[in-house]
Amino acid sequence: MRIGDAKQTYVADEALWTSSTQQIWFGLLLLALLVFPFIANSYLLYLACLVGIAVISATGLNILTGFTGLISLGQAGFMGVGGYTVAWLSLHTAVPFPLALLAAGLLTAAVGVIVGLPSLRVKGLYLAIATLAASVFLHFIFSEWTSVTGGMAGLSLRPAQLLGFSFHNDFRMYFMIMPLAVIMLLAARNVFRTRVGRAFIAIRDRDISAEVLGIPLLKYKLLSFGLSSFYAGVAGGLFAYFFRVVTPESFPLAMSIFYLAAIIVGGMGSILGGVLGAVFMTLVPEGLKLLTAAVTPFYPQAPVFMSPLLGVVFGVLIVGFLLFEPNGLAEIWRRIRRFFHLWPFRT
Amino acid sequence: MNVGGAVYILEAVNVHLAFGGVAALRDVSFAVPEGSITTVIGPNGAGKTSLFNCISGFYRPQQGSIRFRGEDISRLKPPARAALGLARTFQNIALFRGMTVLDNIKLGAHVHLKTGLLGALAYFGPARREEMAVREEIERRIIDFLEIDHIRRQPVANLPYGLQKRVELARALAMRPTVLMLDEPVAGMNREEKEDMARFILDIKDEWDVTVLMVEHDMNMVMDISDHVVVLNFGQVIASGEPSQVQQDPAVIQAYLGDGDVETLRRRLNLKTEAA
Repeated sequence: MRIGDAKQTYVADEALWTSSTQQIWFGLLLLALLVFPFIANSYLLYLACLVGIAVISATGLNILTGFTGLISLGQAGFMGVGGYTVAWLSLHTAVPFPLALLAAGLLTAAVGVIVGLPSLRVKGLYLAIATLAASVFLHFIFSEWTSVTGGMAGLSLRPAQLLGFSFHNDFRMYFMIMPLAVIMLLAARNVFRTRVGRAFIAIRDRDISAEVLGIPLLKYKLLSFGLSSFYAGVAGGLFAYFFRVVTPESFPLAMSIFYLAAIIVGGMGSILGGVLGAVFMTLVPEGLKLLTAAVTPFYPQAPVFMSPLLGVVFGVLIVGFLLFEPNGLAEIWRRIRRFFHLWPFRT
Repeated sequence: MNVGGAVYILEAVNVHLAFGGVAALRDVSFAVPEGSITTVIGPNGAGKTSLFNCISGFYRPQQGSIRFRGEDISRLKPPARAALGLARTFQNIALFRGMTVLDNIKLGAHVHLKTGLLGALAYFGPARREEMAVREEIERRIIDFLEIDHIRRQPVANLPYGLQKRVELARALAMRPTVLMLDEPVAGMNREEKEDMARFILDIKDEWDVTVLMVEHDMNMVMDISDHVVVLNFGQVIASGEPSQVQQDPAVIQAYLGDGDVETLRRRLNLKTEAA
């Protein structure tokens, strides 16, 4: 049981990690992330990279939908903008990857701000449809603006470069994706310690009283769209570097729904929720495949039954979360923590 | 504006507001003396909250103007009026339910902070110092004063009604207001909570040099703490002045009790009870 965490200063009281236990655990997590690629096999490494990209993108969507309350179905389109930007830069210039990713993020942010313009007037489902329209429009551009996007055939990229160092395999990509994911997560967490993040949440909870407090709605809604799209653009850029090919089919509408599901399962309006949701959504289908493989020796018929069932099982898991834990995995995590804080006394 | 010695910080001049064919406010004029507690009273549907919404900028009156320190602010949007120092609370509490008490109050200080997006992402240097300064100010001036230190980390949604009202007041105070508008600050409270709230309002006026404009139905409290009372009925000002004057005003008594003298009313009441 943890008792008393009296603080002497406001700096200590407002810190991200308010106890040394938390700091140690976070340090261990970073260490584990650092050691992981040296002991993991190529399949796990591949999955870890996918998870890292998904975490960045889900966090972006969480800023917009979970924290600001603006539903978006444009996430895949935004990732596409980032992906194509990186691909084009890689083909036509020799810019190092950090600049390419920054450009991808900024361009996507600009697109996001434009897509977000209707958000002052329309909310909820109507905004979802407006962003869906934007997504369809972006897809049209990806497939038809052949001179830039390569049309349906898409673009192939050279490996990411930095000062002559080439990120040509998953091991090296891991060291590009993971640190970026950690930094972007911490940055997102920071936003919600300041007035910008509070304004986002205020808009979500009650936009009328937000105005009375002097929060200009349009400015902050567009800021949220821009920030969220920046994350999506960087994630899309990493996606392009990772697979080294982008086509219109790389960013299907189902991907937007995938991310929406990820933040709902993980927990809307919680940075941790976005992370857990992205991990869950990426790994569970893989886990179910592994499970199928594991039981096949005993039930040779398993793949025949299981393959079509995978989607169903996955869907049932999501519905289960919506029914039994609407606040998502983040809430389950909080409950576990509370249990250990109060242990051995009952919660 | 200076008329007859009193300085008026907030004025409504011939305000007319209609929704379609229904006039909510008709030619409403009144002035709030600086440093006073001014209360708007009136029966249900008299237009009190509509008037508040005109002043804070949600409704735009078709005619007339709202003046703040003599300047016409009728064209300003709500955030701009907030920046001038017009703070308000709502009749049906408008807190951000998902946030903690502390975050709700910090939101009140929004217009006084400067952190931009980049500073927020880095949370370093000026952004961090600013956060600490606002936290310190809120702790020292507001949380202690309103006696809500025990709940500062709790989500607002879990709090009892009386405390939520107090948190909303705290948030309004964090705006460092010059005029504090309170829409029914003690509605639905028990006696003890009402007394606390009345004490806070008086202290805010005296110690913070804030002008208070409120809408309230609780006549005991209105008569006890107001310096100036404005009575609305069917969207029109029917009386204004000191509480004791207003209390005696025949038009006010008529608005609240209906026409006819007290004897007639009593007779009507008796007839009803006999019939029942």
